[in-house]
Amino acid sequence: MEDTIVILGGGPAGMEAALSLAGRGHKVYIVEKTGSLGGHLSRWDRLFPQQEPAQDILEELLNGIRKADDKIEVIYNAQVQSVKRRMRGLEVMLSNQQLLLVDALLVCCGFELFRAERKEEYGYGIYENVLTSADLEDRFKNRKVLCSDGRVPERVAFVHCVGSRDEKVDHTYCSKVCCVTAVKQACEIKELYPQTEVFNLYMDLRMFDRYFEQMYHKAQSQYGVHFVRGRLSEVSETADGKLQIKTEDTLLGRPMKLTVDMLVLMTGMQACAQTGELSEKLDIKVSPSDHFFETKDLFLKGNYAHAKGVFLAGACTGPKSLPDTLQDARSAAESIHRYLTD
Amino acid sequence: MHERFANAYDPFVIPYMIGLIFVLAYLVIALVTVIKNIPMSDRKKMLRHLFSFKIFITIKDIIADCLLHIKIWKKNRLLGYMHSSIAFGWFMLIVVGHIEIFFFAPHRVNLPYYPIFFRYFMMETESTMKGSLFFFLMDFFLLMVLSGIALAMIKRIRRRLFGMRRTTRLKWNDQLAMYSLWCIFPLRFLAESFTSHISGGGFLTRSFGMIFDWFNQFINNDALIRPIWWAYSIALMVFFLTLPWSRFTHILAEALLIFMRNAGIRETDKNNGYASVEIFSCSRCGICLDPCQMVSSASLRPMATVDFTRNVRLRQHKPAMAAASYCLMCNRCVQACPVGVNSVRLKLNLKGASINYRYPNRYDYVETENSKKSETVTLTPQVVYFAGCMSHLTPKIEQSMLKIFEAAGVNYTFLDKDGGICCGRPLMLTGDREGSEQLVARNTEAILSTGAKILVCSCPICYRIFKDTYKLEGVQVLHHTEYILQLLESGMITVRKSARKGVYHDPCELGRNSGIYQQPRDVLYRVLNLQKNAYEGKDALCCGHSIAAEGMPYKKRRMIARDALHKMTEQPVDMLITACPSCKKAFAEIGEADIRDIAEIVCEQLVKRP
Amino acid sequence: MKDFGFGIKKSNVIDLDKTDWTFLREIAAEEPSFLHCFFCGTCTATCSAGKYTGFNLRRLQLLIRRGQFDEVAERVSECMLCGKCQWVCPKGVNTRHVVTLINKKLHARKIR
Repeated sequence: MEDTIVILGGGPAGMEAALSLAGRGHKVYIVEKTGSLGGHLSRWDRLFPQQEPAQDILEELLNGIRKADDKIEVIYNAQVQSVKRRMRGLEVMLSNQQLLLVDALLVCCGFELFRAERKEEYGYGIYENVLTSADLEDRFKNRKVLCSDGRVPERVAFVHCVGSRDEKVDHTYCSKVCCVTAVKQACEIKELYPQTEVFNLYMDLRMFDRYFEQMYHKAQSQYGVHFVRGRLSEVSETADGKLQIKTEDTLLGRPMKLTVDMLVLMTGMQACAQTGELSEKLDIKVSPSDHFFETKDLFLKGNYAHAKGVFLAGACTGPKSLPDTLQDARSAAESIHRYLTD
Repeated sequence: MHERFANAYDPFVIPYMIGLIFVLAYLVIALVTVIKNIPMSDRKKMLRHLFSFKIFITIKDIIADCLLHIKIWKKNRLLGYMHSSIAFGWFMLIVVGHIEIFFFAPHRVNLPYYPIFFRYFMMETESTMKGSLFFFLMDFFLLMVLSGIALAMIKRIRRRLFGMRRTTRLKWNDQLAMYSLWCIFPLRFLAESFTSHISGGGFLTRSFGMIFDWFNQFINNDALIRPIWWAYSIALMVFFLTLPWSRFTHILAEALLIFMRNAGIRETDKNNGYASVEIFSCSRCGICLDPCQMVSSASLRPMATVDFTRNVRLRQHKPAMAAASYCLMCNRCVQACPVGVNSVRLKLNLKGASINYRYPNRYDYVETENSKKSETVTLTPQVVYFAGCMSHLTPKIEQSMLKIFEAAGVNYTFLDKDGGICCGRPLMLTGDREGSEQLVARNTEAILSTGAKILVCSCPICYRIFKDTYKLEGVQVLHHTEYILQLLESGMITVRKSARKGVYHDPCELGRNSGIYQQPRDVLYRVLNLQKNAYEGKDALCCGHSIAAEGMPYKKRRMIARDALHKMTEQPVDMLITACPSCKKAFAEIGEADIRDIAEIVCEQLVKRP
Repeated sequence: MKDFGFGIKKSNVIDLDKTDWTFLREIAAEEPSFLHCFFCGTCTATCSAGKYTGFNLRRLQLLIRRGQFDEVAERVSECMLCGKCQWVCPKGVNTRHVVTLINKKLHARKIR
């Protein structure tokens, strides 16, 4: 008899876990709240560290799902309404009134981007040329990054840690991927417009993973991107519609001001809005410090939630890069398989 | 009625006399200290007041506040009755007791213990019926006090009956004084009841006396008479001896406070004699606890005003200073205080006294910038706009104000466009008056040099100091809410009304502390569907991010902001509107609701002129 | 005692072996958030005083951690306590309290 697993969320983690589980002979339902699979990946243009097109990765995942259509069923535009615990497994009622009887449940609801307008002093939603990293990615897709008046920006500044490591928005953690994304996007701007001066305002550069440090090196040596160790304090508009930004050059120890045409805010990751609701329905824990789901431990039970038969994968347990998310999804599939065959 | 003993003395009066002499000496010293610690002009005011007709108003006020506790009645009747039954009943016992002596033993008037132990020293005769009025009155007031004490005991257990969610916690000194106070009247009741077959008594003491008489057939009750009078005397002594270290100093201090206040004496920027009368007037009734958001929203019970005053009274500098540095100075407790203790001023003065530094000319570095500015102004502007430091972090407020100025066609100058200097209120709130004055002088010069007749500011913190402290001759100071209303009323700008629902939050510095309540509402009625909520006007909540509270941890501030936001948005609304950049940021940081400044919403609803 | 021809001028080296940390501990005892700072410099970037003068709160906090009080004493009075830094600080440091405490303690110790 085949086991049935429901995966909440059809982003990269959900898709990769579904493929792994289907490969082990299990029946998988993916419940996706939107009308398409892919999550944040479908919004991205190219991926760090080696500029792979995001579309290629997404296509490969989608192809796999299509091929395994006997094992994987995707339910679009649906969310969990209620969950009942049975002798073995769970009874999951969806918002479209479909009832699923499953042996295990995997949460892959991912993350949300920090809403940059919450930091009013950074001017997002107030000044037209203040963008987020995701907005910039949209423009990269069209190979055109222009100011609101249609000009090519002469100066672009990237602001790291927007909504990360910030008690004032109750996000005390590091979002992990913004540093490297900023370096990637800075290089991409230079590729597109070699004449544009690009600045990175960072607190600490966390180039922790394979090839990241090389990217940083390339940004400086090949593209001449300026790196300023300082955090943005506030943005104001100049008389000619440019953006004046204030920071401290903390290595020199002096306040610094800078006028740019475009400001890109590297918005961090936050737990998705349904986290609280879902934790109640599934009776699993949320970390009080970062509001992401809590796993049983950080070592051997890194995909187990605090409830029998419920598992977690991807950025719903804290910020993760795409490679980490995919690995976490495979590891969750392995944990579920062990749980079901035990 | 005549005397039982020729010498009119019994050793049990000794404890009482010890207590009385001690407490009288203490009061004399306290009064002298207070008078010594107020300026000469205030002493003269007191003297003048004593011999003016206004003294009768003071007497009326003292009766209303110290004896009848009218203000507490207004808050909760049961709590009011509890306070006034004890205070008024006790007072009347003393008064009627003395009158009784005048009638029945006039030659003993000079014995201070005589009215206290009157029933022991007197004996019923045929003519006693003449005293029946006194028997009735004395028993009536005794019953009144006893009922009050019974309520006080119940209050310790069931405080919600008295309209209080929280009450004070007592330290040993207060406990000793309170328990001895609680003992005084039941003991007096027992002593008088036991003696009533000799002395006579009213409906209360004689009736109970008869019950005790019945026991006389089994045990010799008369042997208990003197021990109970001893116990009564000792209870009085303990109460008097502990009085200076207890909260019961308020009994007399409050009367002095009313006298001084009616004489025209006001708090100054130093904690002088008047301030210590305020401190000692705090009865620790605990009414200030419920309004305090540090207590209700941030679990900061030790920082409450009621404990602050005690710590100052007992010279516990460290916790008092901590409370002063945590206090939001929202004035909610001052507004609730039935005694009218201006604890916020006391805290500010305490901070001021801790400033051990003076830096002459510390802000000379800004001079050049200002003189440069005045050179560039060619045409005299109608309005000088001072956004304030905080508004630079809420660019939407600044941007909206500039658009409103332009829509109204006003000729304005933006004084702190490039980040100007601080208004001086934050320094003042840390207690550094001298530093604050230096900034005030610099800004005054800068504002006057523009030649504008109207100063518009966006930050209520600046607004308050501009209004209260600055001497800006010929310049009208307006917060932008007032200014926008003027523009609307004069038709200089027009707006259309949106259907969106909003609630308005009164910033402390603008509402409670400056009295600007109606203007923002008059503006908001014109631009959206303004909803009412339970925390408006004087009952407005603080956002928790007051610049006064330099010592309060950020997490606690956030707890206060979150709680206040939840309370104000219990009903579903599209947005919360405020008129202070700090309040706006405080609520926006919570990230749960759309928070706007009044200027933003007006700017959005502006109708362009043809 | 003159062993070498050098060493007449004050050394440029911060000698952490001789650093006095009692000042740091006293401030941290009264304002625990003093230890939260991770030296991002946002306070200095937004500072109303720093625009005109060398006042740099991030640097002052670091100097106290390194026991270098001379520059702290020279600069700390320039702060206007306007509180902008407190708003922008991502670590929730009570910067205004820190500055007030530095002022008070410098005077209590007669460093200034």
